[in-house]
Amino acid sequence: MRRHGFVAGFLLLPVAVYLVFVISPYVQAFQIALTDWRGVSSGLNFVGLDNFRRMFGNDSFWQAIRNHAVLLVAMPLATIALALAFAYLLNAPQGRPVRGAGFYRVVFFLPQVLAVAVVGVLFKAVYRPDASGVINGALIQLGIEPVGWLTDQTLALWSIIAVMVWQGVGFYVVLFSAGMAAIPKDVYEAAALDGAGRLTTFFRITLPLLWETVQVGWIYLGIAAFDGFALVNVLSVEQGGPDGATTVLATEIYKNAFGYSRFGYASALGVALFFLTLTFAAVTMRVTRRERIVY
Amino acid sequence: MSPNRRDVLRGLGLAALATPLAACATTGRSAAPTPTVTAAATSAANPLGVNAASPLEVVIFSGGNGDKYAVDLHEAAYSKTYPQSKLKHVGTQKVGTQLRPRFISGDVPDVVNNSGPEALDLQALVQEGQLADLTPLFEAPSLAFPDKKVIDTLVGGVYENSLIDGVPRVLQYTVGHRALWHNAKLFESKGWQLPRTWDEFNALGEEAKKAGIALFAYPGQVGPFYQVWNLVYTAAKIGGNKVIIDIDNLADGAWTAEPVRQAVAAWAQIQKDFGDKAYFGLDHTQTQVKHLQDKVLFYPCGSWLENEMAKEKPDTFEYAIAPVPSVTGTDAMPYEAIFVGVAEAFFVSAKGKNPQGGLEYLRIMLSKEGARGYTEQTRNLTVVNGVVDGLNLTSAVNSAAKAQEAAGKNIITDARFETWYKELFDYSQTQTNSVMAGRITADQFCENMQKKADELKNDSSISKQTRSV
Repeated sequence: MRRHGFVAGFLLLPVAVYLVFVISPYVQAFQIALTDWRGVSSGLNFVGLDNFRRMFGNDSFWQAIRNHAVLLVAMPLATIALALAFAYLLNAPQGRPVRGAGFYRVVFFLPQVLAVAVVGVLFKAVYRPDASGVINGALIQLGIEPVGWLTDQTLALWSIIAVMVWQGVGFYVVLFSAGMAAIPKDVYEAAALDGAGRLTTFFRITLPLLWETVQVGWIYLGIAAFDGFALVNVLSVEQGGPDGATTVLATEIYKNAFGYSRFGYASALGVALFFLTLTFAAVTMRVTRRERIVY
Repeated sequence: MSPNRRDVLRGLGLAALATPLAACATTGRSAAPTPTVTAAATSAANPLGVNAASPLEVVIFSGGNGDKYAVDLHEAAYSKTYPQSKLKHVGTQKVGTQLRPRFISGDVPDVVNNSGPEALDLQALVQEGQLADLTPLFEAPSLAFPDKKVIDTLVGGVYENSLIDGVPRVLQYTVGHRALWHNAKLFESKGWQLPRTWDEFNALGEEAKKAGIALFAYPGQVGPFYQVWNLVYTAAKIGGNKVIIDIDNLADGAWTAEPVRQAVAAWAQIQKDFGDKAYFGLDHTQTQVKHLQDKVLFYPCGSWLENEMAKEKPDTFEYAIAPVPSVTGTDAMPYEAIFVGVAEAFFVSAKGKNPQGGLEYLRIMLSKEGARGYTEQTRNLTVVNGVVDGLNLTSAVNSAAKAQEAAGKNIITDARFETWYKELFDYSQTQTNSVMAGRITADQFCENMQKKADELKNDSSISKQTRSV
């Protein structure tokens, strides 16, 4: 009992901070979602499920959901595939890693230390639609028509996904590298003795033994796919455009709360986002659950 | 018995549970805090009944015009009149973020310059009874012209623009001109004339194309509303100010009216024939820099443009304003008509500690020294008539003043749906980008806008505003 008291004493402050700054805003968001609060009064006027009804009938909401679906599939897939490939090349569990592996490791990780806003501004220059843009400048030099990376409806979301992948890949290279380093060498030696090639080794040995790390990575990336606010805000035209092609729930929340002072409706969107994220995490855990391999 | 450790821990646990409740953003129904000071008796020297000892807090949006003018001019003058009053100045770029919690808690500043991207929603504030009635201010004797009432010293449109639900609540302080900006020196060196008709506009477009200049561009990434303004002002030119008034009143068929369709189609044609799609992806600063480099001939914007670009402007560039060319031969307004409107909102808190002082502060802003000094420091004209004689103004302001003179009574009115129904305004920006890029036709633009306007009209949770002029 004495020991428990001691531990609890240490936990009190962090738990209190967590309750005040995380749990209580969550609870309040649920409460405000049932009101027509406009952000400047101290009283709340309850309107039942009106905000949710409005939300389900709103095109922008469904557009954001569709964009999240694309993000949710494409972004983690691309990031994990690239990160696995890079990590495998850098570590090369059997045989020698590529030359300058240490250098590449730093290069891959570099975008991770940049603030998202910085990345956004950086890519604004990369995607700039005229001759001053990094990509379009080169295209124009080559005599190719410049591309509206962010103004073309069919391209805009993919351009933003590319930035997310670019920024995220370094972290997962490090994560997977650590996972690969933990796989005992003798497993690889045994595989090599049986005549397994690099590709077979990767799919039969590395990937299965790395599965839990990949699963964690997938959940992180999935949750990141439900965000995307900062990049969309800085990069996209008319905040989530053209014609809503890049809008995400967070953008809609921001617009409704701080643009139209409809905090009640914005909170309802927030509640939807909360359940979506939660559902995603739960489903992923269940679907990717496998028997744990102990080595 | 002294409390043992377990009791203390239990107490702490309870405190931890209690804090989230105390940290709520909303505190349930609370009574409106009443102003803590009572008004003093009114007199000729103190027509608004300011209590000399009450403190005054002023919040100024520190954007393009900074907030120094307020400290130097208006606050200094207030302190001189009421030396006992403790004056607090707050300069901020985040008006909403900073003030929202204060309006909830009831500890509100007295005067607020509600500007910038985070400006507070005035309708929401009025619904909560947070804004003071400005009638006493408008009826008080002017400091600039002591024999006149304040309202009679101001340009037309200030009173109409101050009304929310029929009561004056907000003072717009500056006057601005909006139309097509161009480089007067470039026109001179090329020997070009300002186009007065749409045919001349197209002909000039061909000339400019030969010189490698885009006839027209607006920033599609940040600032497509410059083109929204341009479209509705052009529509008003074709069909008269009634077009804009109908749009603001959410009248049936306001957006599908013929003048709106004609204006949108005309501009979409200009974009298609003489524009450059790169500008759909550029922000306002990038576009304005290219304008200064003579890569764009006409740029739709307001008279703050020269101040905004002062640092980048080369000597070869001289800002001048041009009216939008007449689209049809039967336009309701002549070629000279341009937009002249008021901007830069100030309000006084009804539930502040010193509402009378707040009104008095606005009266000082509208004094001769206050208004003239503001123009001197920020190069913006104020709504006070006849106080800037002999001031050295920028070429843009001079050009705008000349254009206003030429326009005479043909002034295009301001579109108020921009602040009344911000959602409709945001939607008009995405639709404008769509129609200008050729993704939709002018007809579809009108239909989409009408549908959105009807949606808002039928939404009972949005409070409606109306205007007659």
